[in-house]
Amino acid sequence: MTATELPGDGHATEPRAEGPRFDGHRGRWVGASIPRHEDPRLLTGRGRFVDDITLSGMLHAGFVRATVAHAQITGIDLTATRAVEGVVAAYDASDLALGDIVALLDRPAEEFTPTAMPILAKDKIRFVGEPLAIVVARDPYAVEDGIEAAVVEHTALDAIVDEETALRASTTVHDEAPDNVLLDVSMFDTPGVDEAFADADVTVEVTTRSGRQNALPLETRGVVVSWDARDDQLLVQTCTQVPHQVRTLVARCLDVPERTVRVTVPDMGGGFGQKCVVGREEVAVAAVAQRLHRPVKWIEDRREALTAGFLAREQTYRTRAAFDADGHITALDVDVVCDMGAYSCYPFTAGIEPLMASAEMPSVYRVPAYRVRGRALTSNKAPTAPYRGVSRPQYVVAIERVMERAARELGLDPVEVRRRNVITEFPYTGVNAVTYDPGTYRESLDLAEATIRDEGWYELRESTDRHIGIGFCCFSERTGYGSEAFAKRKMTVVPGFDLSEIRMDTTGAVVVTSGTMNHGQSHETTFAQIVADRLGIDTARVKLRQGDTERIAYGWGTFASRSVTIGGSAVALASQRLGELLCRIAAHLLETRPDNVALDGDGGVVQLDDPDRRLTYEDIADVAYLRSHLLPKDVEPALTATASFDVPGDGTFSNATHAVVVEADPGTGAIRILRYACVEDCGVVIHPKVVEGQCRGGIAQGIAGALFEEITYDAHGEPSAASFIDYLVPTATEIPDVSIAHLETPCAFTENGAKGAGEGGTIGAPAAVLNAVNDALRHTGVELDATPIHPRVVLDALEGGL
Amino acid sequence: MNDPHLLSLTVNGTEQEVVVEPRRTLADVLRHDLRLTGTHVGCEHGVCGACTVLLDDAPVRACLVFAVQAEGAEVRTVESLDAEGRLSDLQQAFSDHHGLQCGFCTPGFLMLAEGVLDEQPDASREEIREALSANLCRCTGYQTIVDAVHATACSRRQEIPS
Repeated sequence: MTATELPGDGHATEPRAEGPRFDGHRGRWVGASIPRHEDPRLLTGRGRFVDDITLSGMLHAGFVRATVAHAQITGIDLTATRAVEGVVAAYDASDLALGDIVALLDRPAEEFTPTAMPILAKDKIRFVGEPLAIVVARDPYAVEDGIEAAVVEHTALDAIVDEETALRASTTVHDEAPDNVLLDVSMFDTPGVDEAFADADVTVEVTTRSGRQNALPLETRGVVVSWDARDDQLLVQTCTQVPHQVRTLVARCLDVPERTVRVTVPDMGGGFGQKCVVGREEVAVAAVAQRLHRPVKWIEDRREALTAGFLAREQTYRTRAAFDADGHITALDVDVVCDMGAYSCYPFTAGIEPLMASAEMPSVYRVPAYRVRGRALTSNKAPTAPYRGVSRPQYVVAIERVMERAARELGLDPVEVRRRNVITEFPYTGVNAVTYDPGTYRESLDLAEATIRDEGWYELRESTDRHIGIGFCCFSERTGYGSEAFAKRKMTVVPGFDLSEIRMDTTGAVVVTSGTMNHGQSHETTFAQIVADRLGIDTARVKLRQGDTERIAYGWGTFASRSVTIGGSAVALASQRLGELLCRIAAHLLETRPDNVALDGDGGVVQLDDPDRRLTYEDIADVAYLRSHLLPKDVEPALTATASFDVPGDGTFSNATHAVVVEADPGTGAIRILRYACVEDCGVVIHPKVVEGQCRGGIAQGIAGALFEEITYDAHGEPSAASFIDYLVPTATEIPDVSIAHLETPCAFTENGAKGAGEGGTIGAPAAVLNAVNDALRHTGVELDATPIHPRVVLDALEGGL
Repeated sequence: MNDPHLLSLTVNGTEQEVVVEPRRTLADVLRHDLRLTGTHVGCEHGVCGACTVLLDDAPVRACLVFAVQAEGAEVRTVESLDAEGRLSDLQQAFSDHHGLQCGFCTPGFLMLAEGVLDEQPDASREEIREALSANLCRCTGYQTIVDAVHATACSRRQEIPS
């Protein structure tokens, strides 16, 4: 791996100029907000999402789903279903006899309990919405008729619906886990924790909770599977963030070689993590398409998406922290409990949330001593997948609440307490054995505070009897998880690297592949910018290919803000190698030394000592393909290059500070956001508008978690929100305008100096909003530690405190 | 009850005849019978607005309209907005302002915005925000969608002096 030298350390940048620019280092395209390549088709209705695919003879599928949370299945009768007009077939688990989905960790039995997720429930129902049978019919309307006719008999069991019922273990979700605990890891207990608490001037204890949320891509999950007899292959067209992992599980569950399964991904309407695990429905539809030798489509409806789709974020943190009299944190002791629902997801397992929290919890602060225990509980709820930020929105709430509480106890300003604790010298190796690469933790905090102060929000807060509060959140986000970093989690499936292949055709245009998977992040544009700069061609001559297991040898898809850091580095390296190949051929054709030529930045290779002598890429391609007898003897025909990239060590960290001003309505308890400022640093910005879009969209989802969205379950395990009437997704009137200031600390070990930008907004918003609400309630003596913040709770505080 | 019905309607200026079950939604007729897949379906209960089309010039949720209710009506979908691939002013504004990411909600927002701009040509930015709160977007945080529609409103006002 070659580190690209980039100038500058952390400093505020001027707003970037629009359009292509030259700065000698980064070329013409990187850093410019060029028009997105994706836009024309998406704006004209000519995108192709999975439900837009119609194949000749295609059938439609749907699922008979559980209506109770926990039960022994005593019978599934599909006789009446099969008799419904238009129904072609209906199968339960015994009909299909598929392998289970099993996700493993390389951890001892006392730390991790493997459990199986059947494709269709076999003996037992474990949550409302669990798929029990698949119905195939000529159209989706007949599918619904068939589902209604199914008869399911069961013996109900008590439901496990929260930490208390899970740990009481009067009944178990999985026989393998008699205590309803799937993971119990004490990742750190460093020397000096108890001593620090004994010596502490101030000890604070905070219990923070976050509600169960749905990542909620606006396009629900869906898949079209067809059997291609000519290719002897199942074609699985699905909206997934991880096509190769879908291929692996489809092949494994159907017990066929991977060669006989091809997974392709059309345009995808968001994912946010929910689509970065393999869905059992994808496998079931593949099985019936294989069995029927007919194309079969399944499109999840919104009720299924809300109740039976993967959920996330239901966590409790019991945090104790020791501080000295000057406000320095001296120890952190945390117990993290995550309610992972009924099953362990593939490939991440039920450990995804507690392990992330345990590894990263000290956040941006210098914590000398750290103890953490992380547990994953299983319950009778829809299972958990990674959701944008994965535990970081929650542990950041926990530690940011700790900072606020300590500030109150010590009589200090909360920003000042952060300032005294934040990491300022890099690289910094923390108590959690993670080395943080350079960032602007302190600078972002200072700039965010100055922004709010300069705009007069503190004066307004002091001069009015309105309930106005100001809150901050300072955080970093590991965005370059390479295989080394993931291996520390002890997954048996270790994501990390990315592969890229680039091909130039006879006209000098290139097609480049990536194992990442665009679903709104603008890879078709940003990766083209990277390639265009490396080769000195227009972005219009670069086409990105993703999402096809036949064209990409292997890929880990898109999650954890990994695409531009890892995938973007791989396409940069492949492009560079293609450039080297072009130079070798050109030197031969120009009859000069290889070190006497260079890419000229304008689609050609120039002879350095005689710039009038130049070959265009078309000239070179003409030889590489059509007159290969003219190639140098040691160069093979065709203009292709490949590269892989992996992030070494602990990876790279983006960072940001969010500042929020809120007002609580004394009549309704509703929270209105008056001002939202984000100061972020994701290294070199490839496309400023895309980064800002990621920030704003992430912040909107963070606000959604802080103030609105939650799926609760009653004592019987019935979910509260089965439609958008009950699941409160914020609209344009709830989400404020967000100002974004860029700081730029280039990453020293990604090819483009970029760090990831996909998740940060979501990570910072809940803590910033919660802190602001608590500031608005400061005169009431009430402090809130749970999200979402219900208006009723705010109202009670205001009425009780007035 | 499920007897097929011969439906006649005009879609994007073209007269169409479709045989439909009475329970078939307008969204399904547009997407699956007429193959106009630009109109998307996000919730099937009239909240998200991804399926918004113009029915006799007014924005409606195509998932909540039975196709037979559109008998004799004029329907406009996202496919009507560009001219042979040349983006309309509104579409161009969405691109300029990065008002779309995954693009799934975009056709619904475009058609909603066309309705809003038609009904309230003098709308302020805040009035536009209020009107656009009818639809859901999960990617953008809305700000750039509001910007795009507001910019279009401003430019259209300059084009047609009041």
